[in-house]
Amino acid sequence: MGEAWIALALTLKVAGWATAINLVLGIGIGYAMAHWRFPGRDLLDAVLTLPMVMPPTVLGYYLLVVIGSQGPLGAWLLHHFGIRLIFTWHAAVIAATVVAFPLVFKAARAAFEVVEPQLEDAARTLGISEWAVFMRVSLPLAWRGILAGLLLSFARALGEFGATLMVAGSIVGKTQTLSIAVYEAVQAGQDDTANFLVAVTSIACIAVLLGAGRLLPGRVAARA
Amino acid sequence: MIWDIALHKQLRHDHARFALDVCFASDAQRVVLHGPSGAGKTQTLRMIAGFTRADAGRAVVAGRVLCDSEARIALSPQQRRLAYVFQDYALFPHLTVRQNIAFATHQGWFNPGRHVEDPRAERWIEAFHLQPVAGHYPHQLSGGQRQRTALARALVTEPTALLLDEPFAALDKGLRERLRAELRGLLAELRLPMLLITHDDDDVRALAEHVVHLEAGRVVERPFELAEGAD
Repeated sequence: MGEAWIALALTLKVAGWATAINLVLGIGIGYAMAHWRFPGRDLLDAVLTLPMVMPPTVLGYYLLVVIGSQGPLGAWLLHHFGIRLIFTWHAAVIAATVVAFPLVFKAARAAFEVVEPQLEDAARTLGISEWAVFMRVSLPLAWRGILAGLLLSFARALGEFGATLMVAGSIVGKTQTLSIAVYEAVQAGQDDTANFLVAVTSIACIAVLLGAGRLLPGRVAARA
Repeated sequence: MIWDIALHKQLRHDHARFALDVCFASDAQRVVLHGPSGAGKTQTLRMIAGFTRADAGRAVVAGRVLCDSEARIALSPQQRRLAYVFQDYALFPHLTVRQNIAFATHQGWFNPGRHVEDPRAERWIEAFHLQPVAGHYPHQLSGGQRQRTALARALVTEPTALLLDEPFAALDKGLRERLRAELRGLLAELRLPMLLITHDDDDVRALAEHVVHLEAGRVVERPFELAEGAD
């Protein structure tokens, strides 16, 4: 049972980091895509959404190719910093980040697109700098949609299995996240452990979904 | 010359090409840009405000060069010091009336708090009789209150000129007449130059010292009865 708590702590750590990274990336890229029209924008959007629909093991394979010691990024890291990413919790974070990114990105882009451009223009005429316009007008008005996306992304990161297994393996205490632990427990016939892990994971996911549900656009309309 | 505008832009809208060629110069304090929908009035105002870049030309308002394609000058909207009142007022829905009006008094990354007390904002809240609704949110206001809030918010910055986009379009007739008179009084008191765009003849009659007719992107000559001169 001790392994279960270790798996839970590790899963929260991995999902937490992945969500924090996606907070920055998702908001930044979502804002850029909502505001700037450029040729190939739709194509870029599709590529950025890909991790959401691709089979996780396929994604895991792509990641392995890139960050493995033979891959372009992996070899560079190994050569310059002596860092080996595969089979570490950092790789688990990378896998969870990539897999959950589209959920924040799409939510952020949609949320920013709904903010009337006139409001941002009005702020500009009042002498407010571009960063301040973003912090004081765009972000507050898009925040609910972004938060809903973040919660879904957290839930997705919590449950990541396929890609994580490929790049991080299943090392207890280091990379064995909850979903992998469930798989291992079932394989080893440890039903008690498996039941416990499944219960914990289910409660976490329901809590996250309830929270996200309260933040989606429908609620904003009720308030206004 | 208070107003010296010569702006050119090629617009593309729904696969139709549209050339905007607006040139006028005026010493009048109150100029009205008049024309039917689609004539390019809002586009012109947006170029003067700096939201869109003209392809070529220049705009000089109240002695300040806002943009000049030959001299390669193009001030950002933040630098132009113009007050802009949008057609549907563009009030920040997540801020109260007081916070909206005090918006420009904070230059940093954070909005003024709900209990902000800045004399610059309070002065306008009083002048426009908005105290009863100062703590309300925009969606709780009437049309006239929204317009006054938008105007107050813009005036806090002590602008060099006022730009108005069909400010009375959303209001009923009686209210329109009253607000036109209020606006005239305000402009006279502040000695503020104003450029107002409208398709409404009554706006022209009540407010214009100088009228510029815009049709299909070009300035045309048209005889018109104007208001009496400056107050």
